[in-house]
Amino acid sequence: MASSLYLCLLRAVFLVCFVNPLIQGLSGDANVVQNPHHELEENLTGLPIVTFKWHHVQTPYLVIIWVFVAGLAKLSVIELNHHVTSVIPESGLLIILGFILGGIVWGADKAQTFKLLPPTFFYYLLPQIILDASYFMPNKLFFSNLGAILIYAIFGTCWNAATVGLSLWGCYEAGAMGNLDIGLLQFLLFGSLIAAVDPVAVIAVFEEVHVNEVLFILVFGESLLNDGVTVVLYNVFDAFVALGGPKIDAAEIFKGIFSFVVVAFGGSFLGVVFAILLSLLTRCTKHIQIIEAGFVFVVGYLAYLTAEMLSLSAILSITFCGICCQKYVNANMDEKSVTTVRHAMKVLANGSETMIFVFLGVTAIDTEIWIWNTGFILLTLLFVFIYRIIGVFLLTWMLNKFRLVPIEVIDQVVMSYGGLRGAVAYGLAAMLDEDKIPEKNLMISTTLIVVYFTVILQGLTMKPLVQWLKVKRAAHSDLKLIEKLNNRAFDHILAAVEDICGRIGDNWWTRGWNRFEENYISWLLMKPKARRNRDYLFSIFHKLNLEDAVNYVSEGERQGSLGFIRSDEAANVDFKKQFGSEFTDVMPDIMVDMSNYELEIENFSATSIVKDTIPSVSLDIHGQDRKNAVDDINAHHLLQQHLYRSRKNHRHKYSRSHFSINQSEDEVQEIFQRTMRSRLESFKSAKMGVNPAKKITKHHKKELTHKMANGHPDGTGHLYGDEVDSAVGSETGAIRGTFMRDTYTVGAGIENPVFLPDMDSPTHSSLPWLMETEAVAPSQRAQRRLPWTPNRLRRLAPMRISTCSTDSFLMADLEEHEEQPQTDHEEIRPAFD
Amino acid sequence: MGLQGWRNVLALKTSKNNNRAAWQRAFPVPLSHSQITRLYSRFHSLDKGENGALSREDFQRIPELAINPLGDRIINAFFPEGEDQANFRGFMRTLAHFRPVEDNEKNKDLTSGEPLNSRTNKLLFAFRLYDLDRDDKISRDELLQVLRMMVGVNISDEQLGSIADRTIQEADTNGDMCISFSEFIKVLEKVDVEQKMSIRFLH
Repeated sequence: MASSLYLCLLRAVFLVCFVNPLIQGLSGDANVVQNPHHELEENLTGLPIVTFKWHHVQTPYLVIIWVFVAGLAKLSVIELNHHVTSVIPESGLLIILGFILGGIVWGADKAQTFKLLPPTFFYYLLPQIILDASYFMPNKLFFSNLGAILIYAIFGTCWNAATVGLSLWGCYEAGAMGNLDIGLLQFLLFGSLIAAVDPVAVIAVFEEVHVNEVLFILVFGESLLNDGVTVVLYNVFDAFVALGGPKIDAAEIFKGIFSFVVVAFGGSFLGVVFAILLSLLTRCTKHIQIIEAGFVFVVGYLAYLTAEMLSLSAILSITFCGICCQKYVNANMDEKSVTTVRHAMKVLANGSETMIFVFLGVTAIDTEIWIWNTGFILLTLLFVFIYRIIGVFLLTWMLNKFRLVPIEVIDQVVMSYGGLRGAVAYGLAAMLDEDKIPEKNLMISTTLIVVYFTVILQGLTMKPLVQWLKVKRAAHSDLKLIEKLNNRAFDHILAAVEDICGRIGDNWWTRGWNRFEENYISWLLMKPKARRNRDYLFSIFHKLNLEDAVNYVSEGERQGSLGFIRSDEAANVDFKKQFGSEFTDVMPDIMVDMSNYELEIENFSATSIVKDTIPSVSLDIHGQDRKNAVDDINAHHLLQQHLYRSRKNHRHKYSRSHFSINQSEDEVQEIFQRTMRSRLESFKSAKMGVNPAKKITKHHKKELTHKMANGHPDGTGHLYGDEVDSAVGSETGAIRGTFMRDTYTVGAGIENPVFLPDMDSPTHSSLPWLMETEAVAPSQRAQRRLPWTPNRLRRLAPMRISTCSTDSFLMADLEEHEEQPQTDHEEIRPAFD
Repeated sequence: MGLQGWRNVLALKTSKNNNRAAWQRAFPVPLSHSQITRLYSRFHSLDKGENGALSREDFQRIPELAINPLGDRIINAFFPEGEDQANFRGFMRTLAHFRPVEDNEKNKDLTSGEPLNSRTNKLLFAFRLYDLDRDDKISRDELLQVLRMMVGVNISDEQLGSIADRTIQEADTNGDMCISFSEFIKVLEKVDVEQKMSIRFLH
């Protein structure tokens, strides 16, 4: 509660801080009213009780009002009829709303007093969007496709700029657009500013279209990097234009290319430097955790401004700052700060995005900028569209010669169609110098039309296009449960097979880099603690499980193999008695229920068990027919909600408006625990050479679970896996309780060399499909109390409890017998009393 | 064929007078050279015991499989009945299920039996994930086990049970409360299995 409050406050503070100076840019007449103080004071005759001091607050007030309006705009767009929002992309709707708002302002003022000015855009709106995109960049995917991304970003952008500029110039020379005062260099300048695909617009549209991850990262990465490229290109051509045609010789062109390289790589390098700085900084913010989240934003912004100051590429600088620091910053900072950063990033980026689209719309309602030249505008639209397609297909054709997995034609179509232009192009156009480029307004209006055309029209048709191209896939939706189930199963299978085949980009270089990174860079940039805790999770966990198994086996051998299981069973029976007697005292009516279960369990009628635990979802399939339809929907809904998503579906997706990272982490954790547990079971049974007698213990287990769930006073007890929970589960639950202490003292560092994985296999049961079947779900209580995330391995120890205490009451019971106090036990007692 | 054998096969690749057809005769699985080379190097890097065959442990060491709810079942699919080692040929045979079906392949190869990547074989692969006892039927218990693996822990057992019952009802035509393979094929006839069970890498 407190933390969420803190979060809200923080967001508000950030919003105000960032957007505060906005008005200087937004309102053209902000400085008209500079010093209103003395006028007011002169008129003072008596002590006023209340005065109206609009001029004091005018600037921040207008800013906040606009932010508020933009927020409302977003809200209304989201809340609109879903039929509308599913057809028209959100960004397009926001622009249209901007038109309306601009119209209102125009109607009131008879002039456009608010428009998006380049400094506002480049200094206050763009940085956080780029920072957000890079900070959440799926790094592995990004770097494994870096080659392709760079080729698209650099050569694609240059291609676009050159071809559009030259073609327009050619058409102009041919007389297609009448008499304009534009030379070749100006055309190239215009081409360079219109060349870049815009990250803001692209993400906004691609978020709504489901594309595969490689395509996504290609488009996303390209749009991020080519912004940098286009700004550099723009500056070079701007300088050329300023220099004037005759003065440009080979040396100047060479200098231009050289400055292109320096500016691009210098910016990237500066970003990396700031990333290192930030990582080092977060190493030592242990005692000021409350503000460490702020450093991410401040240093990121500093990277941007510093690059701007040094006339390096600011966009590339902040991009690489975000990409490089994310890993170390997330590991170094406290978990709360990490969450704060994530939330705040999303708030800022999403807010900026909304503002940008709204103001792109508002800006349009201004008679000053609109100069119509049919030839110029239509030809620009045409060339932008055509050359994007040609460029993508050409570059992809070359890339596919080197790629193991070629980029398919359909992906190329989506890529070329997804070449949306956005606010960066507009910002650059608005930055043009009217003295040097007489036709500035024509360029602005053309840019705006290109932006509207691509964002609204292409965005609108994107989804139908994708669906049409993939018509085979979209033709059929999951109508039956078994289809739904199997489709998901297919996804999982594919993901697994892909993992088995190995990552495509896995080669000598990446392995070498990983080793280097692990040994040196992490050492430098990560807290020692965080470093230790990093995700060696899987191997360590595996090792620990094996250690448990060693103990289990050696203990089993000490006691004589089967005696072990027998004693465990006795414990169950004992517990059952005791549990029962305690319950008869306290809640006799529940005992009645329990006896019902005991009867019903005999004939395994799963639908009728525990009707009263969760009444809302009791699905009695043998019930009345009229209930069937509802139940059917229910079942579909349940399955839809609870099926684990395949990793293919939720990894590596960047979204500016949602982040459900936590949810998928939870799922991953859950699956991981279950897998490890089932492996442990099969390992143990193989090691023991015994196939545990399922039939014998199953019924005890079932009863116990039911009693437990039913008797739980707060009613939160759910039933887990009594079908799935095998006898093995209950045994090991108990047994692990016994050995918990041993493994704790042994610790993670020590491993028994005799007992490495190789030892294991030969005794596995012979039928492959019969092997290790049952996964076991940890009890919800254990889960809730003992959360862990992969980057906080220091909680490994409690996590292990949670994996083994699927039946914590069994452990509690065991402890009672063996007089071993344990935390689980302590917490469970009140539930019994 | 042990490791040496496969090395020999790989050495074939480098010999000059060896064309693609000969290569494919040597291999039961039609894949391109570079893919086989790549998969071989992957196989080799997975093979920690260095004995030319993969054990279950080798598969379990792949971290991503630990967070795949069906991971262990899929691992099992690599081990033919009664074996606990998978050699490269077996590895390739299993992976060959996931080759996309090419258009020119659909009416070819009828003489040499059904290819591994046919629709039926892809479905059979999925079917076997359920059918643990290999009686060519998915019983309610078997279905329930897979369901339990694939859903989160927040779903209760009787909910799951009812889902299982419904699922069986949908597919079951002869009323034995089990899903046979022919019923399985029939009920999934509208699903684009060819596409969903193909990975792009194994072209």
